[in-house]
Amino acid sequence: MTSKGSGPSGAVLQDTPPDDGTAPIVELRAAGKSYGNIRALHGVSLTVRPGQVTCVLGDNGAGKSTLIKIISGLHQHTEGEFLVDGRPVRFGSPREALDAGIATVYQDLATVPLMPVWRNFFLGSEMTRGPWPVRRLDIARMKRTADQELRNMGIVLDDLDQPIGTLSGGQRQSVAIARAVYFGARVLILDEPTAALGVKQSGVVLKYIAAARDRGLGVIFITHNPHHAYMVGDHFSVLRLGTMELSADRDEVGLEELTNHMAGGAELAALKHELAQVRGVDVEGLPEAEDLQATAPVSATPEGTP
Amino acid sequence: MSMAQQAEPAVTTPPAPGPKETDGRTAQRPLALRLLARPEVGVFLGAVAVFVFFLAAAPSVRSGSSMATVLYQSSTIGIMALPVALLMIGGEFDLSSGVAVITSALTASMLSYQLTMNVWAGVITALVVSLAIGAFNGWMMVRTGLPSFLVTLGTFLILQGVNLAITKSVTGNVATDDISNMDGFGQARKIFASSFDVGGVQVKITIVWWLVFAALATWVLLRTKYGNWIFAVGGNQESARAVGVPVTFTKITLFMTVGFGAWFVGMHQLFSFNTVQSGEGVGQELIYIAAAVIGGCLLTGGYGSAIGPVFGAFMFGMVNQGIVYAGWNPDWFKAFLGVMLLGATLINLWVRRTATRR
Repeated sequence: MTSKGSGPSGAVLQDTPPDDGTAPIVELRAAGKSYGNIRALHGVSLTVRPGQVTCVLGDNGAGKSTLIKIISGLHQHTEGEFLVDGRPVRFGSPREALDAGIATVYQDLATVPLMPVWRNFFLGSEMTRGPWPVRRLDIARMKRTADQELRNMGIVLDDLDQPIGTLSGGQRQSVAIARAVYFGARVLILDEPTAALGVKQSGVVLKYIAAARDRGLGVIFITHNPHHAYMVGDHFSVLRLGTMELSADRDEVGLEELTNHMAGGAELAALKHELAQVRGVDVEGLPEAEDLQATAPVSATPEGTP
Repeated sequence: MSMAQQAEPAVTTPPAPGPKETDGRTAQRPLALRLLARPEVGVFLGAVAVFVFFLAAAPSVRSGSSMATVLYQSSTIGIMALPVALLMIGGEFDLSSGVAVITSALTASMLSYQLTMNVWAGVITALVVSLAIGAFNGWMMVRTGLPSFLVTLGTFLILQGVNLAITKSVTGNVATDDISNMDGFGQARKIFASSFDVGGVQVKITIVWWLVFAALATWVLLRTKYGNWIFAVGGNQESARAVGVPVTFTKITLFMTVGFGAWFVGMHQLFSFNTVQSGEGVGQELIYIAAAVIGGCLLTGGYGSAIGPVFGAFMFGMVNQGIVYAGWNPDWFKAFLGVMLLGATLINLWVRRTATRR
């Protein structure tokens, strides 16, 4: 990828011209995806710029996973446009996305549990030495580099030879982020990195997200926790039933409003009345729809689901 | 994580070249435990046990020529157990490997004989056919998403039928014609089925090939990119694909490696017996798989070694010949093998549990 910014044709009808000199690396324009006659995603526009965190929020089944899969090359979009550096692309495999500088840290962390940490760190991009017939892994250099990179992220492991499956969730997440940063990702997609983590470990991961942003990476942070999103996000997109419900910059939306969108304000109020009718649940303390503008209920979704 | 029943061990790593870093990290697991966690340790102990047992039970085992026979027997299983083990580490099975050996031998034999060509023409054609069978297995599996068990079960039945039918229609017999007078036979025999003298003991060349292939497989598995990919596609295929490992390429080439092994063993059989019985090979595939499993390869993939199946195959050879040397009824061979398979698997399981408990 050599060309930065939009091509000459795109400059004419550009609806959001590069305002601060940072052209978007990844851009979706009214993109969508259908599986047969099921429309999982429709009319989604998203812009990722270097040094910014774009948060994608949504309930289960809102289309977050489909969105990531399109950008990371696991699936192809069936409508709209997907541009990288201003040029339309259609990735045939995750390898192509990686080559374009788009790295994804999956919810299941894309690690092979039985393999040692250093082998996981370099999996798919192994360092080798020697000419072809005897080209072999440069094990010493890989171990050294992995150790160095992990230490740079503040991760110190007992033994790089231990199977990565023996690490804690937060540690594995951090290894995966360090790996993506090391391999020169320009865009980092994080799929619910905090979903399975405790409060403290979530904080660690959020710190790495901020660190990646400060190194000039564009970050796509998928989450259903508006509190986590608001801590590091520059732009917020809320997905709902496969379409875009909200797309706003940080200065256009507050945490309360974000939380409200995320929780599906009106639906919550309806649910409250339903609950009251069913079992006489004490709902006096729960907010009405109009109250939701001001209060900040937490996400109504269970954690750890896509 | 989709790894409920296999959350224990590590891929073995070769000893790190260069100085070990000890810059203030906490202690590693004790050496003994780390050693036990290696996949080939259980089978090594098992092989030693079986060896010692027959040394004691059958005095005639103690001669050099008996040992050469045991090793020869082991090598014919071991050469195939290696690619089968690699494939298993890569998460797949090949049930057609036993009859594929015969297919390869039949191809070389009949092509050379019927067209009166140099045997090397048949040998090369057989290689192409064997690799193609492997590629077909891999391609079918990747393409359809069916389990390799089903795909190769199909191939197994197809090849079994084809072997018999074509041989009968070409030669009018269930065996092929003797090719020992054909051009190039002596040369090919030197490579695939000769013997050489070591201190008065005739040693079959397949033993050398077996050890060479085992060394090569170990190197590939632990020291190359491709070896890393084998562990990855067997350990977590989706993750491997997501980080850019060419999963399809790895799986198809693994099946083709089994094809190569089938070709090699097929050529050995052809050039040591001069003719091929078209109905043979059935059941051998399970022996190869058993040798790999006894050798410490995880049936579900992602874990194992190339050296383990060497010991696994040795156990087979040792039991097979040992029963004869001990003067027992050889009908018990399979029963003995079954007990050994179960025992080895349980020992492996126990060893891994003990070793990875932290």
